[in-house]
Amino acid sequence: MKHIISLLMENEAGALSRVAGLFSARAYNIESLTVAPTEDATLSRMTIVTSGSDDVIEQIIKQLNKLVDVVKVLDLNDGRYIERELMLVKVKATGALRDEMKRLCDIFRGRIIDVADSSYTIELTGTGSKLDAFLETLDKTAILETVRTGASGIGRGDRILKV
Amino acid sequence: MEDRTPPITGAEILIRCLHEENVKFVFGYPGGAVLNIYDEIFKQDKFKHVLVRHEQAAVHAADAFSRATGAVGVALVTSGPGATNAVTGIATAYMDSIPMVIISGQVPSPVIGMDAFQEVDMVGITRPCVKHNFLVKDIKELAATMKKAFYIAATGRPGPVVVDVPKDITAQLAHFDYPKSVELRSYSPVVKGHSGQIKKALKLMLEAKRPMMYTGGGIVLGDAAEALTKLARTLGFPVTNTLMGLGGYPATDKQFVGMLGMHGTYEANMSMQDCDVLVAVGARFDDRVIGNPGHFFSKDRTIIHIDVDPSSISKRVKVDVPIVGHVQSVLTEMNELLDGEFKPALQARQGAPLHAWWKQIDDWRGRKCLNYAKSDMVIKPQSVVEKLWEVTKGDAFITSDVGQHQMWAAQYYKFDKPRRWINSGGLGTMGVGLPYAMGAQLAHPDAQVACITGEASIQMCIQELSTCKQFHLPVKVVNLNNRYMGMVRQWQEFFYGNRYSESYMDALPDFVKLAEAYGHVGFKIEKPSDVEAVLKEAFSPALKERMVFMDFLTDQSENVFPMVPNGKGLSEMILAEDL
Ligand SMILES: Cc1cc2nc3c(=O)[nH]c(=O)nc-3n(C[C@H](O)[C@H](O)[C@H](O)COP(=O)(O)OP(=O)(O)OC[C@H]3O[C@@H](n4cnc5c(N)ncnc54)[C@H](O)[C@@H]3O)c2cc1C
Ligand SMILES: Cc1ncc(C[n+]2csc(CCOP(=O)(O)OP(=O)(O)O)c2C)c(N)n1
Ligand SMILES: [Mg+2]
Repeated sequence: MKHIISLLMENEAGALSRVAGLFSARAYNIESLTVAPTEDATLSRMTIVTSGSDDVIEQIIKQLNKLVDVVKVLDLNDGRYIERELMLVKVKATGALRDEMKRLCDIFRGRIIDVADSSYTIELTGTGSKLDAFLETLDKTAILETVRTGASGIGRGDRILKV
Repeated sequence: MEDRTPPITGAEILIRCLHEENVKFVFGYPGGAVLNIYDEIFKQDKFKHVLVRHEQAAVHAADAFSRATGAVGVALVTSGPGATNAVTGIATAYMDSIPMVIISGQVPSPVIGMDAFQEVDMVGITRPCVKHNFLVKDIKELAATMKKAFYIAATGRPGPVVVDVPKDITAQLAHFDYPKSVELRSYSPVVKGHSGQIKKALKLMLEAKRPMMYTGGGIVLGDAAEALTKLARTLGFPVTNTLMGLGGYPATDKQFVGMLGMHGTYEANMSMQDCDVLVAVGARFDDRVIGNPGHFFSKDRTIIHIDVDPSSISKRVKVDVPIVGHVQSVLTEMNELLDGEFKPALQARQGAPLHAWWKQIDDWRGRKCLNYAKSDMVIKPQSVVEKLWEVTKGDAFITSDVGQHQMWAAQYYKFDKPRRWINSGGLGTMGVGLPYAMGAQLAHPDAQVACITGEASIQMCIQELSTCKQFHLPVKVVNLNNRYMGMVRQWQEFFYGNRYSESYMDALPDFVKLAEAYGHVGFKIEKPSDVEAVLKEAFSPALKERMVFMDFLTDQSENVFPMVPNGKGLSEMILAEDL
């Protein structure tokens, strides 16, 4: 099953490679991994999307906790959470496609953030599966380029990951 | 605060840190990046520097010093090739959870990343085989980093920590201020076990009909042999040790059923398979221990697992009652409860509650799985280990290399005390034996130290015979010379139709002459009738101060039994009598 794991770690050089190295050394899946500093400059927050049986996820959490640079780990799937990902898609926008793309973009609550003679760049946020759905809706040949940030996640209500 | 002592160089700070940590020996090898550090070593005499002949041996020797004493082992190597030579030693220590600090020189900070002379990304290379590592980027952090390194290495589940120090840092100046303590928000190992879980476990243990204690390296690492022995005797449970746990429970005690696992005893493996309550303590359910996992799970049993590292628990084997904590603390708490709250339950159980179980175990013991065919013609390797045990009165520090000889050492030398058995279990590194013996001998200068090795393994660090000469280390080498990489040959015999591909050790040196060339004493032993006399001579007062290399020409075709073949279950052992 897919899990979103959030963690706080020391904002040290090399901390990211410890996490990435752990996943490759132990052959755990990584679907996406994002990391950026937090409001506390000494800490980075990382979101990892992974998948595996319950046993594997349990080991992943334990192994992450074991890394000396990791301060806290939370499996967002243990409770209610919100997931968001940002995607930028450059699509063909010529002839009839110009209206069609605008219409699809509106349906998915995206925004056109760059307009050129023959293309649009669309910005879309949502869960990973919403972004997938948008891409599936588009005619494959119309997609010129896509870039996704990978998921970020946060617990709902008073589920807070903080030191 | 600024009225402190004048600033000193990074190199001097590093040495002062080692003094603060009461380090007695630093095992190392100099080179460009660590010259400033070596200059400071020259000026001090609080610790002794042991110059090895290869950096791998520096790390192994420091590792053995730790295994033999419990202290953190310290090694020092230069950048580039010095650092890469150390990696095998570091990985070996990591797999067996040995507390160590390895200081590696690094090229000067401004040229890091420029493919500078003797540059290698040590932090990157060692990341997967250390508990943690540091690159020191600022002289002001050097002392605090060293303090953290020692703290992290020794606490929780122990392990090696690398501190990579660029050369320019060793020349810069700073005030020396050694922190009294460390607190890391991201690292706080558990010591005390959860009391509710401990009680739950005790209750199950007291109700068990076929209990079994399976204990490992954690007992040795956590200095809990005494607490374990007390607990096992109070409860009357059978005890088995892993290869790493030998000595954690007295091998000559009647409750001891021998080592378990791939080359474990019949009685240990059968009890492990058949027990109803399994108490695993400081052991990690290694694949060499449980055999085929599916076969192991096919029996229903309740498993209690005590370990300081949560990731050791329920990794390969699902556990019913996990207890995260330091073995010493948890076992002591159990002993106290059995003397208090649980005393009535313990007494109520008295009579002969485990009688049927012990009868079953004694039946299994009756198979005498460690019996082997004796011979007057050719030296049986097992008999050499048995004689060694007799001659040293079971009181020596024994190191080994990797192979058949290692298993015979584990099976036939009966370790009654912890920290006496020093070998590489997790990584299985050939070449450790001699440097391990050096570390153990330096740790215990007056003790008998023997290295049980094979003619293949010993050649992987043979250069250390020179170190032994320089530092007057009277190690006794017991070379079980079967002219084969015996363990490889055994697998080829069993699983590859006797095709002995590249496992014959051709062109062996004359080990006697080799030992003599290094300034030691050498003996070649070819007849079974000479084994005892030579061992006695080697350990006699006349040779007490000398290193002795005993080259025993042993039976080439001998195999290690019992053996759980790969993929088979624990109770599906091949015994010597089956063949
Ligand atoms: C040729 C060869 C053959 C082998 N055959 C066998 C065999 O037949 N049988 C066998 O047993 N092994 C065998 N091994 C060794 C095997 O590979 C493993 O190294 C060994 O079984 C692991 O031992 P262990 O479970 O005691 O764990 P260790 O590696 O010693 O780990 C110690 C465990 O204790 C925990 N711990 C550490 N300190 C503490 C503390 N203070 N408190 C609580 N917990 C703590 C750690 O977290 C860890 O889980 C063989 C190796 C070789 C090279
Ligand atoms: C560095 C290293 N290389 C290879 C191996 C694989 N290996 C395990 S045992 C063994 C043979 C050891 O031969 P020897 O030292 O003569 O011991 P014996 O088995 O004959 O007692 C080999 C090659 C290893 N464990 N370590
Ligand atoms: Mg051999």
